[in-house]
Amino acid sequence: CAKFVSQKISKTRWRPLPAAALQPPDLFATGSWDNEDNRISIWSVGELGNVGLGGEYQGEPQLLCDIRHNGDVMDMQFLDQERIVVASSTGTVTVFRHHQNNQTLSANQRWEKAHYHVDQNTSCGGAACTGVICNNPEIVTVGEDGRINLFRADQKDAVRTIDNADSSTLHAVTFLRTTEILTVNSIGQLKIWDLRQQRNEPSQILSLTGDRVPLHCVDRHPNQQHIVATGGQDGMLSIWDIRQGTMPVSLLNAHEAEMWEVHFHPSNPDHLFTCSEDGSLWHWDTSTDISEKPSFLHQGGRSTTYFSHSTINQSVVSAWLSNDPTKDRMEITNLIPNQTLSVNSLDILGPCLVYGTDAEAIYVNRQLFA
Amino acid sequence: LTGCVAGSGEGGPSSSRVFVVRRDQDIYIQTLRKLFNESHGIFVGLQRSEEELAGKSRKAQLVQVSKNYRSVIRACMEDMHQAAISTRDPALHSQYSTQVSILSAMELIWNLCEILFVEAAAAGPLLLRLLDWVRLHVCDVDNMVREVLSSENPSKHELFWNVVDVFVLQGRMDEARHLLSKEASANPASVNMYKILDDLMKKMPMPSLGNTQTLTEMELKWQHWHEECQRYLQDGTFASNSHMESICKILLGDEDAILEKKELMTTWYHFLVTRLLYSHPTVKPMELRFYAQMDLFLGGESSPEPLDTILMAAFEFEMHQVIKECSIALSNWWFVAHLTDLLDHCKLLQSHNLYFGSNMREFLLLEYASGLFSHHSLWQLGVDYFDHCPEYGRVYLELHIERIPLNTEQKALKVLRICEQRQMHEQVRSICKIMAMKALRNNRLGSALSWSIRAKDAAFATLISDRFLKDYCERGCFSDLDLIDNLGPSMLLSDRLTFLGKYREFHRLYGEKRFSEAAKLLLMLMTAHIAPCSFWMTLLTDALPLLEQKEVIFSAEQTYELMRCLEDLTAGKSDKQKFQNDDVETMKVEMLRLALARNLARVIVKEGTLEGS
Repeated sequence: CAKFVSQKISKTRWRPLPAAALQPPDLFATGSWDNEDNRISIWSVGELGNVGLGGEYQGEPQLLCDIRHNGDVMDMQFLDQERIVVASSTGTVTVFRHHQNNQTLSANQRWEKAHYHVDQNTSCGGAACTGVICNNPEIVTVGEDGRINLFRADQKDAVRTIDNADSSTLHAVTFLRTTEILTVNSIGQLKIWDLRQQRNEPSQILSLTGDRVPLHCVDRHPNQQHIVATGGQDGMLSIWDIRQGTMPVSLLNAHEAEMWEVHFHPSNPDHLFTCSEDGSLWHWDTSTDISEKPSFLHQGGRSTTYFSHSTINQSVVSAWLSNDPTKDRMEITNLIPNQTLSVNSLDILGPCLVYGTDAEAIYVNRQLFA
Repeated sequence: LTGCVAGSGEGGPSSSRVFVVRRDQDIYIQTLRKLFNESHGIFVGLQRSEEELAGKSRKAQLVQVSKNYRSVIRACMEDMHQAAISTRDPALHSQYSTQVSILSAMELIWNLCEILFVEAAAAGPLLLRLLDWVRLHVCDVDNMVREVLSSENPSKHELFWNVVDVFVLQGRMDEARHLLSKEASANPASVNMYKILDDLMKKMPMPSLGNTQTLTEMELKWQHWHEECQRYLQDGTFASNSHMESICKILLGDEDAILEKKELMTTWYHFLVTRLLYSHPTVKPMELRFYAQMDLFLGGESSPEPLDTILMAAFEFEMHQVIKECSIALSNWWFVAHLTDLLDHCKLLQSHNLYFGSNMREFLLLEYASGLFSHHSLWQLGVDYFDHCPEYGRVYLELHIERIPLNTEQKALKVLRICEQRQMHEQVRSICKIMAMKALRNNRLGSALSWSIRAKDAAFATLISDRFLKDYCERGCFSDLDLIDNLGPSMLLSDRLTFLGKYREFHRLYGEKRFSEAAKLLLMLMTAHIAPCSFWMTLLTDALPLLEQKEVIFSAEQTYELMRCLEDLTAGKSDKQKFQNDDVETMKVEMLRLALARNLARVIVKEGTLEGS
């Protein structure tokens, strides 16, 4: 059920779990947009005491703390357990620290004008920073100015900047390997950049064959680094194999409007989630017919089931690359019964899903695979 | 229109003040945003709901919608109340408290409208609903009730009889009897009186919700019971206990007795319902107006407040009057817009056209949605409201949507999507043009192109291509090769763009040393008139290295074509222009003529030579 929060939510992210953790996530962050006073907020869903009939989570997320943010929150990612990197529409990138002891947020570090337009006549010369990705301690940001920045947490200046990396807007970025990143832009191209090389040229460019539909989001398969999924302005989901050719492996007609985010499930990548401007959130399930559903509660002696499932994943060629989606059964479910306004962001970790909408509501589902 | 003052006022005649004028102050209150968002969801759901459901199921559906709206109001009231308690700023505290009472009044009115109009409760159930309504909303006595009930010895509490009276006035017979039993056990002398009173209260006939008894049956029973009460009163059974006697009088519907308990009822509508309960429980909806008399209660001391006028209009079934009074009393259109829309779905409002053409429902929705559009964030909700105004909704939307400030590309995309879904082509072009111009000014040529593709704006694509070509002429190389090399089918959007793509291809072919293909392409660009005339000189100059190659590339035909192009070009220029063009130009032309002639010579020889000889 929904929690109405009096601000349009542009990003929601679960706090990552420590490596050996067995319990599901209990804390998430949200960022707002289109407010005179935008905020980064931290919410807790820890109380498992309110378990209802079907084991469904009954209680509402509780606000722990929040802090004012200058500009719309364009993208957000947890750097580690305590720090969050936030990309702003003013072109600034900020690192916030969440203090657990007194439940406050503070701005830890800030890179002003990480993204800007050269023309000083425009309002403040600031260009929106549209995407941020972290691999502690490295932070990569991209923006409307077509610039790529590589920052290091706790270092004041950028480690590297690629000016004019793209003549159009870069919408999103992801890590392929620790030294390789992939960006998507508003003329439908994927570009791979090798950060070890000094030249400011992409090492590979891939694009769609037809119309140059802008790409808004990208995510890499958690286990197989050559598989990438992108979402476009026409709501199309594309799966790419980086090793082979410059065209997508499959194009799946999904949403009726812009796809804002695409996520592979981090521990069960046969599941993919997408959300869109048309107000829907789809769960794509290519896992082959197994009677037992994957269990993520990790309580008691269930861990053996989990491990055997993940080895099956790695030895078989991923179902995403099969050229005939009709042959292997793919189940697609819309998780939102009454859709109204855009779902701007979603995040999944373990059995928990959180998403935020333009109807100023947050939804949490902690029994995703039940 | 409400205004608030900002800025330093130093006093004196020359103090400069900046007035921040805001239309519709309410929408900026944080807590109320939840109200707007949740009710938006209910509104959209109502518009989309099945119209085919007829009769009872449709009515049940509409009642559920009404209940949903009310629970949203109550949730908002709760939040506002929490905010009022937790704030330390006295100004904010009073603002929130005012809001709480306004919301409470809104829920009161809505609830009554639900009973009378949406559910249209018939005689019998009507009274039960009204009793529930009173119990829910007249809460001034709740504290007192709690106090007495939680005390160790309730019957000894000084307010004990007050509480019993409250229960009786609200028709809560079981609770009244329960309390009375405590009194009876504490006071053995009055046991007999108590037993009789208890019995009377137990036997009191109430209307039923189901079909277990007809109205006439109920009336008969009630008449008997009334007479029995009358007998006991006249026999003086309760004479020794004034409290119990007054209760008996109330049971008999004695107006004076009921009026004595004015403070416990606090409002005239409570009085109304109590009267009905004890004098005419099978009241029909249309008869309510005869019983709703404020003056009896108010006694001429105070004049009716807006809330009273509204409720009175409702009891008189004057729906339009209710809406009108609410519009005047409330500062925000939210309430009247949603209530009117619901009543319209119940098919209760005659389509009585207002003189500027739209009906009342549409007028109110338009006003409400326009208010939303003045908010920096809530404008998105307004779109759906305009969608459901058949007459003027689209026009209003077209005008409002163009005025939304677009500070990021993502916001522009959302606005664009709204326009595209409604086939508002003008607005799509206008927004794309704005964004493309912004991108162009910031030298983001790829973004600019992306926007013109979205709008299918050929003119703008031409503009962008010209920009590229200009850059090329100035710098001698292409910027943004990643864009030009990967134009794909969008190349066909405008001729200039096609030329740009093909010209770049020429350069690529040249770079790959595929000279004959490059030559053919170059010629085609000129002869097929894809290249703009202004560029021909550059193209011919590009042909020079091809002409000077050791190997002959251009055929005789092609050379003649090139010569013709050159002559066309030079002939086109007037004498004046020739004069102004400096030596570089004339030298270029000379060189070209020489190269073309030499090439022609070589190619004639080559083509004339037989192979192998």
